[in-house]
Amino acid sequence: MPSRIDIASRARKRSRDLAAQHSQPSPQPSSGRKVIEFRGVSKLYAGDVGLDHATFSIERGEFVFLVGSTGSGKSTVMRLLIKELEPTSGVIRVAGHDLADIGRRRVPYFRRNIGVVFQDFKLLPNRTVYDNVAYALQVTGGTRKEIRAKVPDILRLTGLSTKLHNFPHQLSGGEQQRVSVARAFVNHPPLLLADEPTGNLDPETSIDIMRLLYRINRTGTTVLVATHDQAMVDKMRRRVLELAEGRIVRDEAAGLYTRDETTRDLARRLRAPSGRPPGLE
Amino acid sequence: MRIGFFLREAIRATRRSAAPSFAALATVLVTLLVLGVFIPIVQATNGAANSVRGRVMVDAYLKTDATGADVARVRGEILALPHVSRVVYVSKQQALAQQRKLDPAAYALLGSNPLPDTFQVIPDNPGNVLLVRNELMIPTGGGATRMLDPAIQSVSNRRTDTKKILEVTNLVTITAAALSVLLVIASVLLIANTIRLSLYARRREVEVMKLVGATDWFIRWPFVIEGVVVGAAGALLALAVLGVAKVALLDPLAHNWTLIAAPHTIAFPALVIVLLATGVLVSAVGSGLSLRRFLRV
Repeated sequence: MPSRIDIASRARKRSRDLAAQHSQPSPQPSSGRKVIEFRGVSKLYAGDVGLDHATFSIERGEFVFLVGSTGSGKSTVMRLLIKELEPTSGVIRVAGHDLADIGRRRVPYFRRNIGVVFQDFKLLPNRTVYDNVAYALQVTGGTRKEIRAKVPDILRLTGLSTKLHNFPHQLSGGEQQRVSVARAFVNHPPLLLADEPTGNLDPETSIDIMRLLYRINRTGTTVLVATHDQAMVDKMRRRVLELAEGRIVRDEAAGLYTRDETTRDLARRLRAPSGRPPGLE
Repeated sequence: MRIGFFLREAIRATRRSAAPSFAALATVLVTLLVLGVFIPIVQATNGAANSVRGRVMVDAYLKTDATGADVARVRGEILALPHVSRVVYVSKQQALAQQRKLDPAAYALLGSNPLPDTFQVIPDNPGNVLLVRNELMIPTGGGATRMLDPAIQSVSNRRTDTKKILEVTNLVTITAAALSVLLVIASVLLIANTIRLSLYARRREVEVMKLVGATDWFIRWPFVIEGVVVGAAGALLALAVLGVAKVALLDPLAHNWTLIAAPHTIAFPALVIVLLATGVLVSAVGSGLSLRRFLRV
């Protein structure tokens, strides 16, 4: 059985390959198409304000944090984006499509273009790791050949190669969240949403997940992460949107960080303040 | 590929959530057992009621001096009446022979035959018996009546008896029908509820599937197939039990007990088809429909 370090180094090699593939079109945050656009979006829940005239946009290839305390509207934004909820007013566009124009029957097809990671993982409890990830491909009509090719690949990328035939309840929280990320990314969606992906995880595991999300971002996928882990956000130094009582109160855009940072450097930087020698990782 | 996938999904679901599947199967089994016993009973009851009603008839007694020509003429006249399906002629001698069998001592004392020639008039429908009586014994107003033919001495006037028979048999038929409707409704609700419970346990799974981008039917097919499998298994078990019961308990009794041998009960193969179809359809459609509310994500 390969040790954790072996897997990690293989995963790293794999990520370098991926990064090499995608390094050229490394998208600039300030240019390119808008992947997400909120214009004056409000959402009322039986009188309570979920979102209050929120206006913002996210460009292709960005890595954006959505922060705010509980009840500030982070989850509302996420659920609006996958059309689980309908806005009370305002316009939401994803990749140029107005969500109001997508009929109930088209929603499943729309969702296949968005990978979603949840705080509570939302894995299918009676399926193995492999089958959980494969389900996302089966849903889109993927052939068995395609599944056999893609699933082991993505599980290797997320460091789950040895857990293929385990059931979710046999995995740690961090491993379950990796499966969830693998499932979200196996279709290579242009947009990946993560709602409190580290909410149930310890700091060390959280770094692993963030690193994984960053790796995915470097392949060109736009990533939006909702979190209240302020320390993590500060360390990651990405664009931050802050919500308070349903309003966008801060939009600290890019420029603070270098986009070409490798995932390894990122992880070293994230761990650095905890006093761990960077080389040991 | 698709069908294979759905089948495998259904079998996986049945295996991995064995307890709810077994509950659904047991419900189907018990319901169909009750239904399988009840259907022939209702039919036998209806058959018995109908045969009682079939015996409802009007007797027309001829005058003692009626000739053979009179008999032939009256028979023709009665057959020409509306609502008459059949006429049975019982001659004096036949009537005497019948009565003597019932009470030989009393009839031995009689020197001559006091009984008249009789026409037993059977209406096309038991409900029309009073109409037929009025045609044989035509009311002329003021309580007076006139016979259809001068050769008819009198017409039996068992108005109250006839009414009672009709009322009782009607009640039996209606009660049986109402009971079977109630039983069918109860079966459907019971099966639907069990299915709903087993789906409720898996609603999170359905939610996840929807969030991953599965279409409604992609999620629904395995559940429907699972319903078919569970329904068919329950129905087959119920039929096995019914079949054993029929061979072991009913068939030996059939010669002695006329109710079971009643000609109008359903044939066993037909019962098999009805129960199998009910089990499969109710649980498949039930699964598909119950899923609707969990698909609204």
